[in-house]
Amino acid sequence: MAALGTLSSANLNGGQKLAVKFFTVAIALFGAQVLFGMLAGIQYLKPDFLFGILDFSVNRMLHINALVVWLLFGFIGAVYWILEDESGTPVVGLGLGNLMFWVFTLAVVVVVLVYLLVQTGPGELKSIWLINEGREYIEAPRWADIGIVVCVLIFFYNVAATFMKGRFTGIGGVLVFDLVALAGLYLAGMWYTPNISMDQHWWWWVIHLWVEATWEVLVGCLLAYGLIKTMGVRRKIVETWLYIEVALLFGSGILGLGHHYFWIGTPEYWLAIGGFFSALEPIPLVAMVVHAVFDAGHHKMKSANHPALAWMIAQAFGNFFGAGVWGFMHTLPQINIYTHGTQWTASHGHLAFFGAYATIVIAFIYLAVQKWRGNVWMSGNMAGAWRWKWAMFLLHAGMIGMTMALLIAGYEQSHIERAIGGSTWMAYFEAQAGPWFQQAMTWRMISGWSFAAGFVLLAWDLMTIGKRETRPAQLPAAEAAAA
Amino acid sequence: MSQTQTQTLWWASESFWKKMAVWITAGSAVVLIFLTFDTVKQITAGGKRVPAYSVINNRIDYVFDEKRNHQVPVIGPEEPLFGKKLTEEEAMALVSKGKLTTQAKNCMNCHTLLGNGSYYAPDLTKSWLDPTWGTKQLREQQMVDFLMNPQDYLYNSLGRRMPNLGITEEEARATVAFLKWMSSIDTNGFPRNFKPIDQTDPAPDAAPAAPADAAAAPVQQ
Ligand code: HEM
Ligand code: HEM
Ligand SMILES: [Fe+2]
Repeated sequence: MAALGTLSSANLNGGQKLAVKFFTVAIALFGAQVLFGMLAGIQYLKPDFLFGILDFSVNRMLHINALVVWLLFGFIGAVYWILEDESGTPVVGLGLGNLMFWVFTLAVVVVVLVYLLVQTGPGELKSIWLINEGREYIEAPRWADIGIVVCVLIFFYNVAATFMKGRFTGIGGVLVFDLVALAGLYLAGMWYTPNISMDQHWWWWVIHLWVEATWEVLVGCLLAYGLIKTMGVRRKIVETWLYIEVALLFGSGILGLGHHYFWIGTPEYWLAIGGFFSALEPIPLVAMVVHAVFDAGHHKMKSANHPALAWMIAQAFGNFFGAGVWGFMHTLPQINIYTHGTQWTASHGHLAFFGAYATIVIAFIYLAVQKWRGNVWMSGNMAGAWRWKWAMFLLHAGMIGMTMALLIAGYEQSHIERAIGGSTWMAYFEAQAGPWFQQAMTWRMISGWSFAAGFVLLAWDLMTIGKRETRPAQLPAAEAAAA
Repeated sequence: MSQTQTQTLWWASESFWKKMAVWITAGSAVVLIFLTFDTVKQITAGGKRVPAYSVINNRIDYVFDEKRNHQVPVIGPEEPLFGKKLTEEEAMALVSKGKLTTQAKNCMNCHTLLGNGSYYAPDLTKSWLDPTWGTKQLREQQMVDFLMNPQDYLYNSLGRRMPNLGITEEEARATVAFLKWMSSIDTNGFPRNFKPIDQTDPAPDAAPAAPADAAAAPVQQ
């Protein structure tokens, strides 16, 4: 056994050894996301910057694809992280899982290189198979789609077979069921049609039913495990809450899909159904905040891993504000007709993805580095604790700053371009050129620099936190024994 | 939670919520699937909401409808795209080529289509009807020229231009067909309050249409 405070894979179980590989790639892709987001943001202010070399479309595609993939890597890693603990048995088919990791990573590298070097293709089916599919968030070419499906099937096999061999906890049951839905939904985005209405109809099955249904439930599972681990909350309480969350999340989120069917050619009944059910979507997010904060308070914030707990609390609030509040603001058709596809949407997209998903993955990576270093002390009086605190502060300041700036731009755009200008090209550019809009773009960049600095600090902290720490971790409170 | 009470109330019990989770999820999924069958039927090209591809043989307008209280697409007299009337199959092939071009060139990572995509460039839902193209007579050629060499046109004071994406003439024409077809989709009045290009025919004795008015015309660099 390696000394306390040094990274050693001997400290990890099989699933966790694989998990840290996924986490490593996730953080690298997070860095790429920030880089290309910055480039795209700069182009809003200086349109000639990299014009014809790395156009806005390329930077933006890399920005959001890196986002989706790093979160997926983070989720897969997190599931491998909890798998042996939760099921009480070593991962079944771990070798296959490892192979899958390398194949997946290699595929991502090839896709990124093609995005950067080839960028676009002729208007033929072969471009969609080989270069990019040109559909937001799921641009990956068809060959990569198929690869992703195979990888996810292997992942699913690992998870389901392991739970079946060991014990099926409540968390495990929800998780397996959720992964079936999550993987199945991806197939809805994998076919070509000339009909743009049909295209977007199925595209939203992937995007919406991922982020507002299956991903939320996955996070619910991870958070449930995290609360048990960091604070020793009783399993029965956590799992009851998990079922409540599933009922509310799926009960509102599945039909809430209709809030994307207002204006794409889909029938009028979606105005009522989508408006109503999506308006209910914030309710489970409130429940999740109450749950996390109540448990944290009940355990007097005593936790074996302060940064992880802090990021989990951030998740609860970020999810509530980013998805719940910012989502609700534009989800009724009466408002959405003006805000649809404006900077308002971008404001919500940023806060929601960061608040709901980036946070939880970061929390899990903190859990991972702690154990990787031999389960070292990560509570009060840590050496160099300023780093995780400042990273967290700069990331949040940057994200909140960007969100606010984009919201102001969104108000201006909805007003000038949409309500007054009637959405013509001229009206669009009139709004883009307005002083409120332009200032907002500047503030978005200033906030972006804060976010980028926070990312650098975060990466540094993850590599060094707990190094040379000689105290063992504080044990979670006694309740854990009853679990 | 402190365990002073010895027994969990039924509505707070794990088994109750487990059943709720299962039933609510199953119920919502069934309703969604049921609605999806109807929606897919209604948005298949050739229906009332999403017209057949051969609609590109006709004039398409966007006119206020008193009953629905918003604008709706109106299919007008015959006005074939590029002056050539197409069969349904030919029209579908052309629109499909255009759609593939929009995907291969990644249009959605700058523009929105039906309001979805990116926000760096104007929405394309009604681009076919946009007054920027000058007049009805100039429009088709303007659009093709622009798509093939967009870097030469500056439509705004910001210096934001569309990059050259290597769009061929064939692809440009197909893309225009796709855009024309898209403008015929019934989007429940999105975008609201849009001001379409004038498509009325000039009186037979009137002078030939004047070139684009100065404000709307692209500035050639
Ligand atoms: C963590 C959960 C969520 C995430 C990650 C998320 C993310 C996003 C993103 C990225 C978009 C833009 C999609 C595009 O590029 O076209 C979007 C659109 C939208 N979201 Fe969310 N969202 C979440 C939850 C919610 C919730 C709970 C609501 C409602 C209460 C909501 C309401 C909307 C609406 C109405 C739109 C359409 C905006 C438009 O018309 O342009 N979202 N969401
Ligand atoms: C340095 C920080 C960042 C900068 C400068 C930045 C910049 C941008 C820009 C310029 C766009 C394109 C918006 C448009 O189409 O007009 C964008 C889109 C997007 N970014 Fe970021 N970004 C940053 C960080 C993030 C983070 C941390 C997340 C999530 C965790 C994120 C999620 C997204 C999403 C979901 C979209 C698509 C939004 C939509 O379509 O509505 N970004 N970002
Ligand atoms: Fe949604």
